[in-house]
Amino acid sequence: MKRPTAVKSVEPEADDTGLPWLRTWKGVYVAVIISFVLWVTMLVALTDFFS
Amino acid sequence: MSALDFVVLIGSMLGIAIYGIWRTRGRRGLNTYLKGDGRTAWFAIGLSVMATQASAITFLSTPGQGYLGGLGFVQIYFGMPIALIIIAAVFLPIFRRLNVYTAYEFLGWRFDRKTRLLGASLFLLQRGLGAGLTIYAPSIVLATVFGWPLNLTIISSGLVVIIYTVMGGSSAVTVTQKYQMAIIFAGMVTAFCLLLEKLPAGLTFPDTLALAGGFQKIKAVNFSTNVQERYTFWSGFIGGTFLMLAYFGTDQSQVQRYFSGASLREGRLGLMFNAVCKIPMQFCILLLGVLIFVFYQFERPPLFFNATLRHYLAEHRSDPQLHGYETDFNSIHTQTNRQLEDWLKARHGGDRSAATAAFTAALTLHQQGEKIREAATKTLAAVNSGTTANDADYVFITFILQQLPHGVIGLLVAAFFAAALSSKAAELNALGSCTTVDFYRPIIQRDATDTHFVAVSKWFTAFWGLVAIGFALYAHLVENLIQAVNILGSIFYGVMLGLFVVAFFIRRVGGTAVFWAALLSQTLVFVLYFNLTISYLWYPLIGCAACVILSVLLQTFLHDVGEIKKSQT
Repeated sequence: MKRPTAVKSVEPEADDTGLPWLRTWKGVYVAVIISFVLWVTMLVALTDFFS
Repeated sequence: MSALDFVVLIGSMLGIAIYGIWRTRGRRGLNTYLKGDGRTAWFAIGLSVMATQASAITFLSTPGQGYLGGLGFVQIYFGMPIALIIIAAVFLPIFRRLNVYTAYEFLGWRFDRKTRLLGASLFLLQRGLGAGLTIYAPSIVLATVFGWPLNLTIISSGLVVIIYTVMGGSSAVTVTQKYQMAIIFAGMVTAFCLLLEKLPAGLTFPDTLALAGGFQKIKAVNFSTNVQERYTFWSGFIGGTFLMLAYFGTDQSQVQRYFSGASLREGRLGLMFNAVCKIPMQFCILLLGVLIFVFYQFERPPLFFNATLRHYLAEHRSDPQLHGYETDFNSIHTQTNRQLEDWLKARHGGDRSAATAAFTAALTLHQQGEKIREAATKTLAAVNSGTTANDADYVFITFILQQLPHGVIGLLVAAFFAAALSSKAAELNALGSCTTVDFYRPIIQRDATDTHFVAVSKWFTAFWGLVAIGFALYAHLVENLIQAVNILGSIFYGVMLGLFVVAFFIRRVGGTAVFWAALLSQTLVFVLYFNLTISYLWYPLIGCAACVILSVLLQTFLHDVGEIKKSQT
C-alpha cells in the first residue's frame, strides 16, 4: 500500500477565497461572525418579545 | 402508509443508492475508498458535513425537543461558528499538508504511536456507541409505521445500512449525501407549510408565537450563569465551542468529509457554509416542534406519543385506572382548548384582562394534563418494563402519520431514511477507516496491496455496524436521543480535543506526557460526570483544559526527572 506522502506542496490558492466580495479568508471569517451575531440578536429579540 | 407513500419512499431511496453506485463505479483504490476522489466542490462538502451531523435523530427527535422544551436547545449550536473558523484556519491546512487518511495519524506524526492509538481508541469507543443511537432512530419510524417489533426492526434496518455503506465507501457517501439532503429539506419544508395550514383559521402567526411564548416555548436564549441549567447562552457558546471544535476537528466521521475536498479552499468554504447555515436550520426544526405543540392545543393529542405505550394502552382499555387517565386527560384538553379559544377572541377583540384570565386558566389546565400524563407513565412503567423512553422521539412521527396526506408521509419517511443512511454511512465508513489505518495497518499487517486494505476496511465497517446494532437494542433506555448523542460526545470529545490542542499549539510537550495526561483527564471527566449535576456542555471544556494543563505539568516533571538522570550519569 502506498503510504501518504509526508508533506504536500503548499496549495497555491490557499489565500484566495474565489468569492466575489470576500476576497480574503479573514473577511470570510468576519462575515461568519457577523451572521452569528445577527442570529443571536434576532433570537434574543424573539425571546424578549414573546416570553 | 398507502401505495403512493411506498412509491415515493422506495423510488427516492433506490434512486439515490443506484446513482451513488453508478457515480462511484470503478473506484477501487484505498485512497478513493477512504478519502473520496479528491475532486469534491465546496457545496457538496458543506452538504456532506451537514448530512453527517444531521442524522435521523436530528429530524425525528429535535422537533420533539422543541415540542417539550421549546427553542432553548438551539443554544447548543452557538459555539459552532467559532469552532468551524478555528478548524478552517488552523486544523484543516495542517491535515491537508500532511496528507493523512485519519486525524489520528497526525497524532502519531506529532507524538508517538501510543498517543495515536489512544486518540483513535477514544474515537472508536464514543462513535461506536453513538452509532447505535443513530441506528435506533429510523427503527422507531419503521416500528411505528409498520407496527413491527422494535428489536427486529433495529436488526434488519441496521443490516441494510451496513450493506449500503460497505458497498459505497467514502466517495459514495459524499456523492449521495447532497441528494439525501435535498430530500430531507423538501420533506421538512413540506411538513412546515402543511403544519401552518393546519393551524386554526383565526390563529395568525403572531398569535401562534404568543401562545407558544405563554407556554415558555419561545425562550430561545437564556443568559443565566447557573452551570446546572442545561441550555444557556454561556454553556452553548463556551462549552458548545469546545464540543463542536472536538466533533468537527477530531471526529474522523467529519474529518473524512472535508478531506475529500478538491483543495483547501473547497474544504474551508464547505465548513463556512455550515457555520452560517446550522443555527437557522436547527432553529427551523425546533420551531416545527413548537408549532406542533400549538397545533395539539387545538387538536386532541394522544395521551402518549410513544407507540409502545399507545399500543399497551389500547390493549388494556378495560383497566379502570388506565381508562381513567385517558378520560381525564381528554376532558382537561377539551377545557384547555375552550380557554384558548376564549383567549384568542379576547386578544383579537383587544380585551387584555379577559385574554390574560383565559390564558392563565389554560396554563393551569395544561399543567394538570401534564400531571395526568406523568402519573399514567409511572403507572405503565410499574407494570411494563419497556416504558422508559421519552415521548419526545415519537411526537413528530405521530403527527406525520396522523395528520399529513399520503405522498407527503412517504416523502417524510424517505427524509428520515435519507438522514439515517447519510449519517450512518459516514460514521461506519469512518469507524472502518480508523480501525484499518490506525490499528490494522501499523500493528497487524504493515505491507499489503490496496485491494487487501480495502477488503479489510469493508470487514471492519461491517463489524462496527454489528456493534452499533447491539448497542441500539438498548437505546430505548435513554432519556431523549438527540440529547443522548450529545451527552455521549461531551464525555469523550474534551480529551480528544485536548490531544489535538497540545499537538497544534504546545510544541514542548511530548508523547508520553500527553498520553498520561489524556488518560488522567478522561478518568477525571468520568468521575465528574457521575458526581456533578452541571450541564453536559461543560465537559468538553473541562476535559480539554485538564488534558492541556496536565500535559504541561507532566512534561515539566518528566523533563526534570530527565535532567536529574542526566546529571547522575
